[in-house]
Amino acid sequence: MVRAPRDATAARKLIVLRVDVFKQLGEFSVDVAFTSEGRVTGLFGSSGAGKTSLVSMIAGLVQPDRGVIAVDSDVLYDGSAHIHVPPHRRRIGYVFQDARLLPHLSVAQNLDYGRRMNRLTRDPTEETRITEMLDIGHLLDRRPGGLSGGERQRVALGRALLSQPRLLLLDEPMGALDEERKAEILPYLKRLRDAGDVPMVFVSHDADEMRQLATQVVMLKRGRVTAFGGTEILPRIIPAA
Amino acid sequence: MSDISPQEWTAILLSIRVAVIATLVSTPIGIGVAWLLARRDFWGKPIIDAIIYLPLVLPPVVTGYLLLLLLGKRGLLGAWLAEHLGIVFAFRWTGAALACGVMSFPLLVRPIRLSIEAVDRRLEQASSTLGASPWKVFATVTLPLALPGVLAGMVLGFAKAIGEFGATITFVSNIPGETQTISSAIYSLIQTPDGDAAASRLVMISIGIAVLALIASEWFARRATQRLHGN
Repeated sequence: MVRAPRDATAARKLIVLRVDVFKQLGEFSVDVAFTSEGRVTGLFGSSGAGKTSLVSMIAGLVQPDRGVIAVDSDVLYDGSAHIHVPPHRRRIGYVFQDARLLPHLSVAQNLDYGRRMNRLTRDPTEETRITEMLDIGHLLDRRPGGLSGGERQRVALGRALLSQPRLLLLDEPMGALDEERKAEILPYLKRLRDAGDVPMVFVSHDADEMRQLATQVVMLKRGRVTAFGGTEILPRIIPAA
Repeated sequence: MSDISPQEWTAILLSIRVAVIATLVSTPIGIGVAWLLARRDFWGKPIIDAIIYLPLVLPPVVTGYLLLLLLGKRGLLGAWLAEHLGIVFAFRWTGAALACGVMSFPLLVRPIRLSIEAVDRRLEQASSTLGASPWKVFATVTLPLALPGVLAGMVLGFAKAIGEFGATITFVSNIPGETQTISSAIYSLIQTPDGDAAASRLVMISIGIAVLALIASEWFARRATQRLHGN
Protein backbone atom coordinates (compact mmCIF):
# COMPACT_ATOMS: atom_id res chain seq x y z
CA MET A 1 0.00 0.00 0.00
CA VAL A 2 1.46 3.34 -1.06
CA ARG A 3 0.93 6.17 1.35
CA ALA A 4 1.46 9.86 0.84
CA PRO A 5 4.28 11.30 2.93
CA ARG A 6 3.07 12.81 6.13
CA ASP A 7 3.99 16.48 5.84
CA ALA A 8 2.21 19.81 6.23
CA THR A 9 0.54 19.66 2.83
CA ALA A 10 -0.56 16.08 3.21
CA ALA A 11 -2.04 16.93 6.57
CA ARG A 12 -5.19 18.37 5.04
CA LYS A 13 -6.58 15.31 3.38
CA LEU A 14 -10.14 15.68 2.21
CA ILE A 15 -12.49 13.19 0.74
CA VAL A 16 -15.93 13.37 -0.73
CA LEU A 17 -18.41 11.16 1.07
CA ARG A 18 -21.57 10.58 -0.90
CA VAL A 19 -24.48 8.89 0.83
CA ASP A 20 -27.91 8.33 -0.65
CA VAL A 21 -29.57 5.37 1.01
CA PHE A 22 -32.88 3.90 2.01
CA LYS A 23 -33.31 1.21 4.63
CA GLN A 24 -36.47 -0.09 6.24
CA LEU A 25 -35.95 -1.17 9.85
CA GLY A 26 -39.23 -2.46 11.20
CA GLU A 27 -41.62 0.48 11.41
CA PHE A 28 -38.75 2.92 11.18
CA SER A 29 -36.94 3.81 7.99
CA VAL A 30 -33.76 5.64 7.14
CA ASP A 31 -33.93 7.71 3.98
CA VAL A 32 -30.90 9.92 3.86
CA ALA A 33 -28.97 11.73 1.15
CA PHE A 34 -26.02 14.08 1.54
CA THR A 35 -22.63 14.77 0.03
CA SER A 36 -19.97 15.96 2.40
CA GLU A 37 -16.39 17.12 1.97
CA GLY A 38 -15.68 18.34 5.45
CA ARG A 39 -12.77 17.26 7.56
CA VAL A 40 -15.28 16.30 10.22
CA THR A 41 -18.81 15.61 9.06
CA GLY A 42 -21.15 15.68 12.02
CA LEU A 43 -24.27 13.54 12.12
CA PHE A 44 -26.46 15.30 14.62
CA GLY A 45 -29.80 14.20 16.02
CA SER A 46 -31.52 12.83 19.07
CA SER A 47 -31.50 9.11 19.79
CA GLY A 48 -33.68 7.24 17.32
CA ALA A 49 -32.79 9.62 14.51
CA GLY A 50 -31.03 6.82 12.63
CA LYS A 51 -27.45 7.98 13.20
CA THR A 52 -26.03 4.60 14.16
CA SER A 53 -27.94 2.82 11.36
CA LEU A 54 -26.44 5.28 8.94
CA VAL A 55 -22.83 4.84 10.08
CA SER A 56 -23.31 1.06 10.11
CA MET A 57 -24.30 1.33 6.45
CA ILE A 58 -21.25 3.47 5.67
CA ALA A 59 -19.06 0.88 7.42
CA GLY A 60 -20.76 -1.94 5.53
CA LEU A 61 -22.06 -3.71 8.64
CA VAL A 62 -25.65 -3.11 7.55
CA GLN A 63 -26.69 -3.32 3.94
CA PRO A 64 -29.14 -0.63 2.75
CA ASP A 65 -32.24 -1.67 0.80
CA ARG A 66 -31.24 0.62 -2.04
CA GLY A 67 -29.10 3.61 -2.87
CA VAL A 68 -25.44 4.53 -3.21
CA ILE A 69 -22.54 5.00 -0.81
CA ALA A 70 -19.26 6.26 -2.26
CA VAL A 71 -15.99 7.62 -0.95
CA ASP A 72 -14.48 9.81 -3.63
CA SER A 73 -14.90 7.83 -6.85
CA ASP A 74 -14.88 4.52 -5.01
CA VAL A 75 -18.38 3.03 -4.88
CA LEU A 76 -18.85 1.01 -1.69
CA TYR A 77 -22.50 0.27 -2.14
CA ASP A 78 -24.75 0.57 -5.16
CA GLY A 79 -28.06 -1.22 -4.88
CA SER A 80 -28.94 -1.10 -8.57
CA ALA A 81 -25.48 -2.37 -9.62
CA HIS A 82 -25.47 -5.04 -6.85
CA ILE A 83 -22.28 -3.66 -5.35
CA HIS A 84 -21.78 -4.23 -1.65
CA VAL A 85 -18.13 -4.05 -0.63
CA PRO A 86 -17.78 -6.06 2.62
CA PRO A 87 -16.62 -4.09 5.69
CA HIS A 88 -13.13 -5.58 5.75
CA ARG A 89 -12.39 -4.21 2.28
CA ARG A 90 -13.74 -0.70 2.84
CA ARG A 91 -10.79 0.70 4.78
CA ILE A 92 -13.17 2.63 6.98
CA GLY A 93 -12.25 2.81 10.65
CA TYR A 94 -15.07 2.60 13.17
CA VAL A 95 -14.91 3.71 16.78
CA PHE A 96 -17.95 2.31 18.55
CA GLN A 97 -19.68 3.84 21.51
CA ASP A 98 -18.71 0.78 23.56
CA ALA A 99 -15.07 0.58 22.32
CA ARG A 100 -15.28 -3.17 21.55
CA LEU A 101 -11.67 -3.94 22.33
CA LEU A 102 -10.82 -7.60 21.87
CA PRO A 103 -10.81 -8.94 25.45
CA HIS A 104 -8.35 -11.77 24.81
CA LEU A 105 -5.65 -9.46 23.46
CA SER A 106 -3.45 -6.93 25.24
CA VAL A 107 -3.76 -3.22 24.45
CA ALA A 108 -0.64 -3.45 22.27
CA GLN A 109 -2.11 -6.39 20.35
CA ASN A 110 -5.41 -4.56 19.94
CA LEU A 111 -3.56 -1.57 18.52
CA ASP A 112 -1.63 -3.78 16.14
CA TYR A 113 -4.69 -5.80 15.05
CA GLY A 114 -5.68 -3.71 12.03
CA ARG A 115 -2.13 -3.65 10.72
CA ARG A 116 -1.93 -7.46 10.96
CA MET A 117 -5.28 -7.99 9.29
CA ASN A 118 -4.39 -5.64 6.43
CA ARG A 119 -0.85 -7.02 6.15
CA LEU A 120 0.66 -3.56 6.42
CA THR A 121 4.31 -3.16 7.29
CA ARG A 122 5.07 -2.03 10.78
CA ASP A 123 5.59 1.70 11.18
CA PRO A 124 7.13 2.36 14.62
CA THR A 125 7.19 6.16 14.15
CA GLU A 126 3.48 6.19 13.41
CA GLU A 127 2.77 3.86 16.35
CA THR A 128 4.69 6.15 18.68
CA ARG A 129 3.03 9.26 17.27
CA ILE A 130 -0.45 7.85 17.83
CA THR A 131 0.18 6.31 21.25
CA GLU A 132 1.66 9.66 22.33
CA MET A 133 -1.15 11.70 20.82
CA LEU A 134 -3.67 9.58 22.73
CA ASP A 135 -1.55 9.11 25.88
CA ILE A 136 -1.91 5.35 25.89
CA GLY A 137 1.76 4.37 25.89
CA HIS A 138 1.61 3.32 29.56
CA LEU A 139 -1.33 0.97 28.89
CA LEU A 140 0.29 -1.23 26.23
CA ASP A 141 0.81 -4.31 28.40
CA ARG A 142 -2.63 -4.14 30.02
CA ARG A 143 -5.74 -6.13 29.13
CA PRO A 144 -8.88 -4.19 28.06
CA GLY A 145 -10.83 -5.58 31.05
CA GLY A 146 -8.78 -3.48 33.46
CA LEU A 147 -9.08 -0.14 31.66
CA SER A 148 -11.33 2.79 32.52
CA GLY A 149 -14.01 3.85 30.02
CA GLY A 150 -11.96 6.81 28.82
CA GLU A 151 -8.81 4.71 28.41
CA ARG A 152 -10.74 2.07 26.51
CA GLN A 153 -12.13 4.67 24.13
CA ARG A 154 -8.67 6.14 23.50
CA VAL A 155 -7.28 2.69 22.73
CA ALA A 156 -10.22 2.04 20.37
CA LEU A 157 -9.42 5.32 18.64
CA GLY A 158 -5.75 4.40 18.32
CA ARG A 159 -6.63 0.95 17.06
CA ALA A 160 -8.86 2.38 14.32
CA LEU A 161 -6.23 4.96 13.33
CA LEU A 162 -3.43 2.39 13.10
CA SER A 163 -5.45 0.33 10.62
CA GLN A 164 -4.81 3.31 8.30
CA PRO A 165 -8.41 4.01 7.30
CA ARG A 166 -9.32 6.53 4.64
CA LEU A 167 -12.31 7.59 6.71
CA LEU A 168 -12.94 7.32 10.43
CA LEU A 169 -16.42 6.83 11.84
CA LEU A 170 -16.88 7.97 15.42
CA ASP A 171 -20.23 6.78 16.75
CA GLU A 172 -20.89 8.75 19.94
CA PRO A 173 -17.38 7.95 21.15
CA MET A 174 -18.16 9.78 24.37
CA GLY A 175 -21.72 8.56 24.71
CA ALA A 176 -20.99 5.93 27.33
CA LEU A 177 -18.83 8.27 29.42
CA ASP A 178 -19.74 10.61 32.25
CA GLU A 179 -19.06 14.37 31.98
CA GLU A 180 -15.63 14.11 33.51
CA ARG A 181 -14.50 11.34 31.15
CA LYS A 182 -15.96 13.21 28.19
CA ALA A 183 -13.78 16.18 29.01
CA GLU A 184 -10.93 13.68 29.02
CA ILE A 185 -11.61 12.49 25.44
CA LEU A 186 -12.67 15.67 23.68
CA PRO A 187 -9.19 17.24 23.54
CA TYR A 188 -7.85 14.08 21.87
CA LEU A 189 -10.53 14.23 19.22
CA LYS A 190 -9.73 17.87 18.56
CA ARG A 191 -6.06 17.04 18.36
CA LEU A 192 -6.90 14.31 15.88
CA ARG A 193 -9.01 16.66 13.78
CA ASP A 194 -6.28 19.28 13.73
CA ALA A 195 -3.59 16.73 12.85
CA GLY A 196 -5.93 16.15 9.94
CA ASP A 197 -4.57 12.86 8.62
CA VAL A 198 -7.95 11.23 8.35
CA PRO A 199 -11.37 12.67 7.58
CA MET A 200 -14.01 11.77 10.13
CA VAL A 201 -17.72 11.25 10.49
CA PHE A 202 -18.65 12.23 14.01
CA VAL A 203 -21.99 11.11 15.45
CA SER A 204 -23.47 12.88 18.45
CA HIS A 205 -26.69 14.11 20.01
CA ASP A 206 -24.83 16.80 21.92
CA ALA A 207 -24.90 20.17 20.13
CA ASP A 208 -22.02 21.47 22.17
CA GLU A 209 -19.71 18.57 21.28
CA MET A 210 -20.79 18.91 17.68
CA ARG A 211 -19.98 22.61 17.60
CA GLN A 212 -16.53 21.93 18.98
CA LEU A 213 -15.62 19.21 16.50
CA ALA A 214 -17.60 19.24 13.29
CA THR A 215 -16.80 21.27 10.20
CA GLN A 216 -20.05 20.30 8.47
CA VAL A 217 -23.28 19.12 10.02
CA VAL A 218 -26.00 16.80 8.79
CA MET A 219 -29.07 17.13 11.00
CA LEU A 220 -31.19 14.01 11.26
CA LYS A 221 -34.65 13.47 12.61
CA ARG A 222 -36.56 10.18 12.45
CA GLY A 223 -34.41 8.85 9.65
CA ARG A 224 -34.57 11.97 7.46
CA VAL A 225 -32.17 14.87 6.85
CA THR A 226 -33.71 18.07 8.20
CA ALA A 227 -30.77 20.42 7.60
CA PHE A 228 -27.26 20.43 6.18
CA GLY A 229 -24.60 23.08 6.55
CA GLY A 230 -21.99 24.53 8.87
CA THR A 231 -22.09 24.38 12.66
CA GLU A 232 -24.29 27.51 12.67
CA ILE A 233 -27.31 25.30 11.92
CA LEU A 234 -26.96 23.61 15.31
CA PRO A 235 -29.53 24.61 17.94
CA ARG A 236 -28.32 27.39 20.22
CA ILE A 237 -27.96 26.56 23.83
CA ILE A 238 -28.30 29.29 26.38
CA PRO A 239 -25.24 28.79 28.59
CA ALA A 240 -26.08 28.05 32.18
CA ALA A 241 -25.52 31.10 34.34
CA MET B 1 -4.04 -52.17 40.40
CA SER B 2 -0.67 -53.93 40.00
CA ASP B 3 -2.29 -57.17 38.80
CA ILE B 4 -3.86 -55.76 35.65
CA SER B 5 -3.59 -58.52 33.08
CA PRO B 6 -2.12 -58.01 29.59
CA GLN B 7 -5.60 -58.42 28.10
CA GLU B 8 -6.97 -55.70 30.36
CA TRP B 9 -4.08 -53.42 29.45
CA THR B 10 -4.79 -54.03 25.77
CA ALA B 11 -8.40 -53.04 26.30
CA ILE B 12 -7.43 -49.90 28.25
CA LEU B 13 -4.89 -48.78 25.66
CA LEU B 14 -7.26 -49.55 22.80
CA SER B 15 -10.02 -47.55 24.48
CA ILE B 16 -7.68 -44.59 24.87
CA ARG B 17 -6.51 -44.87 21.25
CA VAL B 18 -10.08 -45.14 19.95
CA ALA B 19 -11.27 -42.21 22.06
CA VAL B 20 -8.29 -40.00 21.17
CA ILE B 21 -8.67 -40.61 17.43
CA ALA B 22 -12.45 -40.19 17.60
CA THR B 23 -12.06 -36.87 19.46
CA LEU B 24 -9.28 -35.50 17.26
CA VAL B 25 -11.14 -36.28 14.03
CA SER B 26 -14.51 -35.07 15.35
CA THR B 27 -13.24 -31.78 16.76
CA PRO B 28 -12.61 -29.83 13.50
CA ILE B 29 -15.88 -31.16 12.08
CA GLY B 30 -17.63 -30.31 15.33
CA ILE B 31 -16.25 -26.74 15.30
CA GLY B 32 -17.48 -26.26 11.74
CA VAL B 33 -20.93 -27.66 12.50
CA ALA B 34 -21.17 -25.69 15.76
CA TRP B 35 -20.27 -22.48 13.92
CA LEU B 36 -22.88 -23.13 11.23
CA LEU B 37 -25.57 -23.84 13.82
CA ALA B 38 -24.60 -20.85 15.95
CA ARG B 39 -24.01 -18.25 13.28
CA ARG B 40 -25.84 -19.14 10.09
CA ASP B 41 -29.43 -19.61 9.08
CA PHE B 42 -29.98 -21.96 6.19
CA TRP B 43 -32.62 -24.19 4.77
CA GLY B 44 -32.81 -27.53 6.57
CA LYS B 45 -31.04 -26.30 9.70
CA PRO B 46 -33.57 -27.95 12.05
CA ILE B 47 -33.02 -31.25 10.24
CA ILE B 48 -29.23 -31.04 10.58
CA ASP B 49 -29.70 -30.09 14.20
CA ALA B 50 -31.92 -33.12 14.79
CA ILE B 51 -29.57 -35.54 13.02
CA ILE B 52 -26.63 -34.41 15.14
CA TYR B 53 -28.52 -34.97 18.37
CA LEU B 54 -30.06 -38.24 17.20
CA PRO B 55 -27.30 -40.50 18.61
CA LEU B 56 -28.05 -39.01 22.03
CA VAL B 57 -31.66 -40.19 22.03
CA LEU B 58 -31.58 -43.30 19.84
CA PRO B 59 -30.78 -46.63 21.49
CA PRO B 60 -27.03 -47.05 20.85
CA VAL B 61 -27.67 -50.46 19.33
CA VAL B 62 -29.79 -48.75 16.68
CA THR B 63 -27.00 -46.31 15.83
CA GLY B 64 -24.56 -49.22 15.67
CA TYR B 65 -26.87 -51.17 13.43
CA LEU B 66 -27.36 -48.18 11.12
CA LEU B 67 -23.58 -47.84 10.91
CA LEU B 68 -23.37 -51.50 10.03
CA LEU B 69 -25.97 -51.09 7.28
CA LEU B 70 -24.16 -48.05 5.93
CA LEU B 71 -20.50 -48.90 6.46
CA GLY B 72 -20.42 -52.67 6.99
CA LYS B 73 -18.61 -54.89 4.51
CA ARG B 74 -21.74 -55.12 2.40
CA GLY B 75 -23.03 -51.73 3.47
CA LEU B 76 -24.17 -49.04 1.03
CA LEU B 77 -21.03 -46.97 1.50
CA GLY B 78 -18.84 -49.62 3.11
CA ALA B 79 -18.67 -51.85 0.01
CA TRP B 80 -17.72 -48.89 -2.17
CA LEU B 81 -15.08 -47.61 0.29
CA ALA B 82 -13.52 -51.08 0.59
CA GLU B 83 -13.44 -51.66 -3.14
CA HIS B 84 -12.23 -48.25 -4.33
CA LEU B 85 -10.24 -46.83 -1.43
CA GLY B 86 -9.42 -49.94 0.56
CA ILE B 87 -10.98 -48.42 3.68
CA VAL B 88 -12.67 -50.95 5.94
CA PHE B 89 -14.40 -50.02 9.18
CA ALA B 90 -16.20 -53.26 9.94
CA PHE B 91 -14.60 -55.25 12.79
CA ARG B 92 -11.59 -52.91 12.92
CA TRP B 93 -10.52 -50.53 15.67
CA THR B 94 -11.04 -47.69 13.18
CA GLY B 95 -14.70 -48.74 13.09
CA ALA B 96 -14.78 -48.51 16.88
CA ALA B 97 -13.35 -45.00 16.61
CA LEU B 98 -16.01 -44.08 14.04
CA ALA B 99 -18.84 -45.42 16.22
CA CYS B 100 -17.45 -43.55 19.24
CA GLY B 101 -17.06 -40.39 17.16
CA VAL B 102 -20.68 -40.53 16.04
CA MET B 103 -21.97 -41.31 19.52
CA SER B 104 -19.95 -38.56 21.20
CA PHE B 105 -20.58 -35.94 18.51
CA PRO B 106 -23.65 -34.32 20.16
CA LEU B 107 -21.76 -33.95 23.45
CA LEU B 108 -18.77 -32.49 21.61
CA VAL B 109 -20.79 -30.02 19.51
CA ARG B 110 -23.04 -28.65 22.24
CA PRO B 111 -20.48 -26.79 24.41
CA ILE B 112 -18.70 -25.51 21.29
CA ARG B 113 -21.94 -24.20 19.88
CA LEU B 114 -22.89 -22.54 23.16
CA SER B 115 -19.50 -20.90 23.49
CA ILE B 116 -19.61 -19.60 19.90
CA GLU B 117 -23.10 -18.23 20.55
CA ALA B 118 -21.71 -16.50 23.62
CA VAL B 119 -19.03 -14.67 21.62
CA ASP B 120 -20.16 -11.06 21.25
CA ARG B 121 -20.97 -10.47 17.61
CA ARG B 122 -20.17 -6.80 18.08
CA LEU B 123 -16.55 -7.82 18.59
CA GLU B 124 -16.66 -9.72 15.31
CA GLN B 125 -18.06 -6.63 13.60
CA ALA B 126 -15.33 -4.48 15.12
CA SER B 127 -12.66 -6.80 13.82
CA SER B 128 -14.18 -6.78 10.33
CA THR B 129 -14.04 -2.97 10.23
CA LEU B 130 -10.34 -3.32 11.09
CA GLY B 131 -9.82 -5.31 7.91
CA ALA B 132 -10.37 -8.91 9.01
CA SER B 133 -12.03 -11.15 6.41
CA PRO B 134 -14.77 -13.50 7.69
CA TRP B 135 -12.25 -16.33 7.93
CA LYS B 136 -9.79 -14.16 9.90
CA VAL B 137 -12.59 -12.95 12.15
CA PHE B 138 -13.28 -16.58 12.94
CA ALA B 139 -9.62 -17.47 13.46
CA THR B 140 -8.59 -14.40 15.51
CA VAL B 141 -11.78 -13.53 17.42
CA THR B 142 -14.48 -16.21 17.44
CA LEU B 143 -12.31 -19.29 17.90
CA PRO B 144 -9.93 -17.89 20.55
CA LEU B 145 -12.87 -16.59 22.58
CA ALA B 146 -14.72 -19.90 22.19
CA LEU B 147 -11.62 -21.98 22.92
CA PRO B 148 -12.52 -22.97 26.48
CA GLY B 149 -15.84 -24.26 25.13
CA VAL B 150 -14.01 -26.18 22.43
CA LEU B 151 -11.79 -27.80 25.06
CA ALA B 152 -14.80 -28.58 27.25
CA GLY B 153 -16.52 -30.20 24.27
CA MET B 154 -13.40 -32.23 23.52
CA VAL B 155 -13.19 -33.45 27.10
CA LEU B 156 -16.86 -34.45 27.19
CA GLY B 157 -16.63 -36.08 23.77
CA PHE B 158 -13.54 -37.99 24.87
CA ALA B 159 -15.24 -39.20 28.05
CA LYS B 160 -18.26 -40.35 26.09
CA ALA B 161 -16.07 -42.03 23.45
CA ILE B 162 -14.00 -43.92 25.99
CA GLY B 163 -17.11 -45.35 27.63
CA GLU B 164 -19.15 -46.04 24.51
CA PHE B 165 -20.50 -49.56 24.36
CA GLY B 166 -23.74 -50.26 22.51
CA ALA B 167 -22.99 -48.80 19.09
CA THR B 168 -19.41 -50.05 19.14
CA ILE B 169 -20.21 -53.66 20.00
CA THR B 170 -23.02 -53.73 17.44
CA PHE B 171 -20.91 -52.23 14.67
CA VAL B 172 -17.48 -53.82 15.23
CA SER B 173 -18.19 -56.62 17.73
CA ASN B 174 -15.97 -57.48 20.69
CA ILE B 175 -12.64 -58.78 19.39
CA PRO B 176 -9.80 -58.75 21.95
CA GLY B 177 -6.88 -56.70 20.67
CA GLU B 178 -8.85 -55.19 17.80
CA THR B 179 -12.21 -53.86 18.96
CA GLN B 180 -12.44 -54.84 22.62
CA THR B 181 -12.54 -51.57 24.57
CA ILE B 182 -12.80 -51.20 28.36
CA SER B 183 -16.60 -51.35 28.16
CA SER B 184 -16.79 -54.47 26.04
CA ALA B 185 -14.05 -56.09 28.15
CA ILE B 186 -16.11 -55.43 31.29
CA TYR B 187 -19.13 -56.89 29.53
CA SER B 188 -17.20 -60.06 28.64
CA LEU B 189 -15.64 -60.32 32.10
CA ILE B 190 -18.89 -60.18 34.04
CA GLN B 191 -20.21 -63.01 31.92
CA THR B 192 -17.14 -65.10 32.77
CA PRO B 193 -17.35 -67.10 36.05
CA ASP B 194 -14.11 -65.73 37.61
CA GLY B 195 -14.13 -62.34 35.93
CA ASP B 196 -15.48 -60.26 38.85
CA ALA B 197 -12.14 -59.00 40.18
CA ALA B 198 -10.90 -58.00 36.74
CA ALA B 199 -14.23 -56.40 35.92
CA SER B 200 -14.15 -54.28 39.08
CA ARG B 201 -10.62 -53.10 38.26
CA LEU B 202 -11.79 -51.89 34.86
CA VAL B 203 -14.90 -50.36 36.42
CA MET B 204 -12.70 -48.34 38.80
CA ILE B 205 -10.57 -47.17 35.89
CA SER B 206 -13.66 -46.08 33.94
CA ILE B 207 -14.98 -44.13 36.90
CA GLY B 208 -11.57 -42.48 37.33
CA ILE B 209 -11.42 -41.40 33.71
CA ALA B 210 -14.99 -40.06 33.76
CA VAL B 211 -14.46 -38.05 36.95
CA LEU B 212 -11.22 -36.56 35.64
CA ALA B 213 -12.93 -35.59 32.40
CA LEU B 214 -15.81 -33.88 34.20
CA ILE B 215 -13.43 -31.93 36.45
CA ALA B 216 -11.39 -30.85 33.43
CA SER B 217 -14.54 -29.82 31.56
CA GLU B 218 -15.72 -27.74 34.53
CA TRP B 219 -12.31 -26.06 34.74
CA PHE B 220 -12.37 -25.12 31.04
CA ALA B 221 -15.88 -23.71 31.37
CA ARG B 222 -14.72 -21.48 34.22
CA ARG B 223 -11.77 -20.30 32.12
CA ALA B 224 -14.24 -19.36 29.39
CA THR B 225 -16.06 -16.83 31.53
CA GLN B 226 -12.76 -15.35 32.75
CA ARG B 227 -11.53 -14.97 29.21
CA LEU B 228 -14.68 -13.19 28.06
CA HIS B 229 -14.29 -10.64 30.82
CA GLY B 230 -10.75 -9.96 29.68
CA ASN B 231 -8.88 -9.29 32.89
